[in-house]
Amino acid sequence: MISSNLLAVFYLISGVLFILALRGLSSPETSRRGNLFGIIGMAIAIGVTIISVGNFSTGFLYLLVLMLIGGSIGSLIAFKIPMTAMPELVAGFHSLVGLAAVFVAISAFLNPEVFNLGSPGNIKIASLIEMSLGAAIGAITFTGSIIAFLKLRGIMSGSPITFFGQHYLNLFLGLSLIGLIFYLCKTQVDTWFWIIIAISFLVGILLIIPIGGADMPVVISMLNSYSGWAAAGIGFTLENTALIITGALVGSSGAILSYIMCKGMNRSFFNVILGGWGVTDQKSSSSSSKEQKPVKNGNADDAAFLMKNASSVIIVPGYGMAVAQAQHALREMVDVLKKNGVKVSYAIHPVAGRMPGHMNVLLAEANVPYDEVFELEEINNDFASCDVAYVIGANDVTNPVAKSDPESPIYGMPILDVEKSKSVLFVKRSLSPGYAGIDNDLFYRDNTLMLFADAKKMTEEIIKNL
Amino acid sequence: MEIDPFIFRLSIFILSIFIGYYVVWSVTPSLHTPLMSVTNAISSVIIVGAIIAALAGESGNVFDTANIFGYLAIILAAINIFGGFLVTQRMLAMYKKKKDKK
Repeated sequence: MISSNLLAVFYLISGVLFILALRGLSSPETSRRGNLFGIIGMAIAIGVTIISVGNFSTGFLYLLVLMLIGGSIGSLIAFKIPMTAMPELVAGFHSLVGLAAVFVAISAFLNPEVFNLGSPGNIKIASLIEMSLGAAIGAITFTGSIIAFLKLRGIMSGSPITFFGQHYLNLFLGLSLIGLIFYLCKTQVDTWFWIIIAISFLVGILLIIPIGGADMPVVISMLNSYSGWAAAGIGFTLENTALIITGALVGSSGAILSYIMCKGMNRSFFNVILGGWGVTDQKSSSSSSKEQKPVKNGNADDAAFLMKNASSVIIVPGYGMAVAQAQHALREMVDVLKKNGVKVSYAIHPVAGRMPGHMNVLLAEANVPYDEVFELEEINNDFASCDVAYVIGANDVTNPVAKSDPESPIYGMPILDVEKSKSVLFVKRSLSPGYAGIDNDLFYRDNTLMLFADAKKMTEEIIKNL
Repeated sequence: MEIDPFIFRLSIFILSIFIGYYVVWSVTPSLHTPLMSVTNAISSVIIVGAIIAALAGESGNVFDTANIFGYLAIILAAINIFGGFLVTQRMLAMYKKKKDKK
């Protein structure tokens, strides 16, 4: 059919196209071409694999039908999904990659001859290690992503679930996985293989339940990384370069994103993974006397007046904007302001929302040009010279306590210097503290006006008053 | 002495990690969500393993356990490939520059 050398060259080409796909994302202009490269790479990989197997009997028919079914489901989801649900979608997709890795590992274990790995009960040791690792990481990715999905979707509470000895249990399970893989290699008894997968499923659940809702950006990036390592593990088993290259790319991509997210919160990766904040919250939020402080309560009219007479406005969106689906109303408001000669820009904190880049996608959906949207480092100095900061659905990322109070759990976290602008408008449903459970000093300042309402309704009200 | 092919694959793996590292740092932060969805789509290249598992078994015995797992993995990966690339395409189509520049 096709020589294995030629096949390897084709897989290499796929791998290169995947690198170009990621490379394209360095700017929005080149990104669409990048995605096309990715699609071509995938088509090549699938095409040459089918040709190399050279089995065009009934099995091939099933393959086509199944790909058609999967493809239609995937396409339907891709077109129907609202942009606000992107974090859940990505978590859901990660779980599928994880499970697919487990399934491929299982079939390689059951039928090793097909992949030239030896015979059942006498599989090459190296292959056995690789496929167990692939299956274990895949299984962890699968259940972990399911939990992340349930939390993001709101089916499961976003608050951390912790119990006594949790970390020790995880440690024990992790060590026992290593032991079991060793045992499997020694004995080649398939029971161990099933136990490895079962324990990995359990580890995936245990790993994600103690992590709170606001830490989801880290979790999603981490699971992204895991799905890559699982693919790489299977790639080694199948001796397939396309899979190895892709696995490494995805693995390092997810790891970098996790790092950026952790840095955005000034927390170490382990601190997030071991579930930190949930426990310390209780102390700071229980001191209810703080809530008695006076706040300036404003309405849409006041806000419209302030912004109309401003010369520059910076908008700070957060997760609340996504929940209220307020991005379109926000864009309309900005359009009106711009007509009045107000300079408007958007400031985005690295961990705003529930996944990396979440806010940017929502603003792009509402037709906000991407060159008006700025990252924290680019815009933070502009707050000092801006008249109004319009904070819509964000809280912790503006909290000056991160700079002033070493006791605070968010101390050291980079924040948007909203406090430096002449006046601050906070659109919020209530005074309740953010996900970190910390009171925000800004609420009680003289130049802050609180707008207690749903983000979308308030923005619409403001438009009417402009 | 002959070098084990595993070492070559390991080299590819390690070098790819470095490529991934530098390429991903060059991704603009505003495109981090599309980055996640596209990495998700390309990691579904695991479908090649599924195809081999499903088709390469003894012919005439299509529903061997190993094959069935292959077929299941094909469905999952196909959902991901189509869903991942299309949703990325949909997102990227939304990123526009200021209108007055055109």
